[in-house]
Amino acid sequence: MQAVSEFLTMGGYGVYVWPSYVLAVLIMGGMLGLTLARLRVTKRELKGYEQVHAAHRKRRGRGGED
Amino acid sequence: MTSQAASNPPGSRSLHRFANPGRFLRLADAVLPWCAGLTAIALAVGLAAALFVAPADYQQGESVRIMYVHVPAAWMALFAYTCIAVASAAALIWRHPVADLAARSASPLGAAFTFLALATGSLWGKPMWGTWWVWDARLTSVLVLFFLYLGHMAISNAFEDPGRGRKAAAILALVGFVNVPIIKFSVDWWNTLHQPASVTRIGVPTIHPSMLWPLLLMGVGFTLFFFTVLLLRMKSELLAARLRNLRMLSVEGR
Repeated sequence: MQAVSEFLTMGGYGVYVWPSYVLAVLIMGGMLGLTLARLRVTKRELKGYEQVHAAHRKRRGRGGED
Repeated sequence: MTSQAASNPPGSRSLHRFANPGRFLRLADAVLPWCAGLTAIALAVGLAAALFVAPADYQQGESVRIMYVHVPAAWMALFAYTCIAVASAAALIWRHPVADLAARSASPLGAAFTFLALATGSLWGKPMWGTWWVWDARLTSVLVLFFLYLGHMAISNAFEDPGRGRKAAAILALVGFVNVPIIKFSVDWWNTLHQPASVTRIGVPTIHPSMLWPLLLMGVGFTLFFFTVLLLRMKSELLAARLRNLRMLSVEGR
């Protein structure tokens, strides 16, 4: 128990050490999280459009390249 | 068939091979799982080493553990900017679209790392120097770097014609690169509270091996993390561009 509290107080520097690590986790986690969230939304919308587009082309027949 | 042959003239293969977004997406998908896995391993081992294995400093005590996030963040702040400058040069000289995309995708990451370096530096400065902030050369030049990142992000979106915005942002990135050596050598050129380089110096690092290896491992982890998120962002942007194209096609089709 004492070892844990010693670790957490960091020789009196805990108030500076822990915010540094928390900030690192928040900022880097935020970067990754925002990026993944945006990627997921784009992928989902793209999938919908690709289906619509494929159906559209099918309806118009084979000649429609553009 | 013919268009594919025309887009790949012989002779321009070496560099422009990666300018093809479709090919880049396949490459990114192949690299990403490895990059992400190695990032997780390096950061997990590095973090454990930084908190449990590395010794306390004989002068700074346990506060030295801030180094293991502060120094890699500061390295990434400079590294990301260097990547942006190189990619911007490639985009301007060779009109390399993926290089341009890399530059634009990297700048929010660089800004975040720079902010992290400044904030953790402040948290380290308070107990060691007795102040959160001093307007000395190292701290001020890193603050300028942060604003350069913000400027780069703002300019690339500030024009109605995206091509002009990209060009302006690339020029800003190249001009701003002058700040990178200033940051690196600021601790040698001017008097400062900030300690001089102790790892990246010619000859032997002045930092003890028991602190050096966790620091380097964290540095590797941060670098891999940067590339993982960069690839994800570039992939996301390319898919978004494909989505815009499809939207336009479906509007025209109606």
